[in-house]
Amino acid sequence: MAEWFQDNGLLLGLALLDGLSSAGLIFLVAVGLNLVFGVLRIINVAHGSLYAIGAYSAASIGIFLSGLGLPDWAAVPTLILSAALVGAILGPLIERFLLRRIYAQEEVVQLLVTFALFMILEDVQKLIWGVQPIHHDTAMRALGTIDVPFGADFIPFTNYQLFVLPGIAIVTLVGLALFLRRTLTGRVIVAVTTDREAASAMGIDAAKIFLLTFTFGAMLAALGGALSSPTAALVPGIGAQTIVLSFAVVATAGLGQIEGAALTSLMMGLGRSIAVYFEPELEVVVPYIIMVLVLLVRPQGLFGVIETRRV
Amino acid sequence: MRRYEPILALVLAAAMITAAIMAPWLRFVLTIALAKGIAVVGILLLLRAGQVSFGHALYVAFGAYVVAFLAPRLNDAVLLLAAAAVGAGILGLLIGLFVTRYRQIFFGMLNLAMSMVFYSLLEKLYHITHGSDGIRVEVMPVAGQALDRVAYEWSIFGIALALAFTVGLLVRLYLSSPMGEALAGIKTRETRLEFMGVPARGVLLSAYVMSAMLGGIGGAIIAMTSRHVTPLLAYWTSSGELVFIAILGGAGGVLGPFLGAAAFELVRIYAAASFADAWQLILGSVLLLVILFAPGGLWGMAARLLGKGGTR
Repeated sequence: MAEWFQDNGLLLGLALLDGLSSAGLIFLVAVGLNLVFGVLRIINVAHGSLYAIGAYSAASIGIFLSGLGLPDWAAVPTLILSAALVGAILGPLIERFLLRRIYAQEEVVQLLVTFALFMILEDVQKLIWGVQPIHHDTAMRALGTIDVPFGADFIPFTNYQLFVLPGIAIVTLVGLALFLRRTLTGRVIVAVTTDREAASAMGIDAAKIFLLTFTFGAMLAALGGALSSPTAALVPGIGAQTIVLSFAVVATAGLGQIEGAALTSLMMGLGRSIAVYFEPELEVVVPYIIMVLVLLVRPQGLFGVIETRRV
Repeated sequence: MRRYEPILALVLAAAMITAAIMAPWLRFVLTIALAKGIAVVGILLLLRAGQVSFGHALYVAFGAYVVAFLAPRLNDAVLLLAAAAVGAGILGLLIGLFVTRYRQIFFGMLNLAMSMVFYSLLEKLYHITHGSDGIRVEVMPVAGQALDRVAYEWSIFGIALALAFTVGLLVRLYLSSPMGEALAGIKTRETRLEFMGVPARGVLLSAYVMSAMLGGIGGAIIAMTSRHVTPLLAYWTSSGELVFIAILGGAGGVLGPFLGAAAFELVRIYAAASFADAWQLILGSVLLLVILFAPGGLWGMAARLLGKGGTR
């Protein structure tokens, strides 16, 4: 064991740091998906497209503004603002003109509507941004790197991935928890998640809450994409990869659970990056193995609540 | 409406044969459509129980890879089809024992997870599966007869058509049997089913194994027709495609999947040929229009045209 650490310690440290930053990204996307599911009861496949569009838009806006002479320090705020913009435009459009028509439909049909939207948006991305990789990493370069002490050695790592990504994820987690528990709107959202009918009977305007929640979820997806854009080149298909991973997180965490999504994202982010460094063949499989193991023990998900069966 | 099904099936079959004779490239498209139709009948079974599997491409890909792997040793289309069906059935039983404990979104996502694990294995175990390059399938003898390429393609088309007929007939019988009615009961209210002493999980499991076998058969035909298998067959978008076809065709009757599959493949061919960069956009729009404006799918539309209203 000690010898193994001697040989692989640094690699493990790198895997942990990497896992932390990717867990942050996974969390942002998955928590949006989970929130939307909790309130609208729709698993939004197009959440992955919002992630991809968020990433592409952030890169385009970043490239455009850099051309106008935007200082490097403003690159990270630009990412966040462009994500908010994408969510604020696309979220209400999708909710109002598409989802609102299908709330009364079967679950299968709702799933398929968002799948159709996913297919459409997938091609829209290709038509707008083409299929060539797009790379814009000003935000990451501007913040430089840091030597993380690990035992006797140092691991060089970018500040962006070490502080910004997990930082924003933690701020989102805490902010969301406070928002849902302490503010009126937040409590109304929780009420609708728990029992839609009872909440409507109390006079809550469900339509407004649906619109609000979906837009917020769309912003979170776009934020995940925007923040990921400096770390890797953007290619078609990133939306598809992201959404299946987010599904796994949501099902493992328990439907509608915020803290559950955070813990699961951390598990999957770390599991995946450890796999990348030690058993690359398993990278894609690890999240699903975690999911299957968790669901074997807790069929309702880590933090899920067992629903009473109706007779 | 049910009365008309056999007649409509014959008309549809005749139309397919005519089309295949008139345009050889259509023979290829229609064989694939029949294969997917058979797999989608499996989706239909699960939809009856109100469950949607978002990972059934797993069984299609499994059937296809059974053909690709065994073809050098078991060089006969008929034997390979049987092997694919049995293999997919066993895999379906193993996975089904696990996933039938779950319902709704968990059921869908666990199926998705299983198919993605299979996809990654196909992709990563390069020395066995040749990764994303895939494996070529050579023209093989059919029922002991060595055939040239054209005769081979016709035979596979014929087999697919015959199998589609048999599957349609058997599933029709199954759905109107007590077991099939119990399946619909899972959707309506599972608890009551259990109060009556019907083991709901067992009913769902048997349907799941059947749907896995149908997936395996469909996959085997796809492998024999396209003569090239890749991990993409198991990717989650392929699973989505199967559910897509089920809804496009309409979940009301066993002809729906075949109508849906034929329409899907034809739209895809035309869209891919005319708008190479936007075929997904077109397919997605078609799906949206069908869901929003023709909820019963193509089969529901046909039912209305025949003036019988109901789709059951």
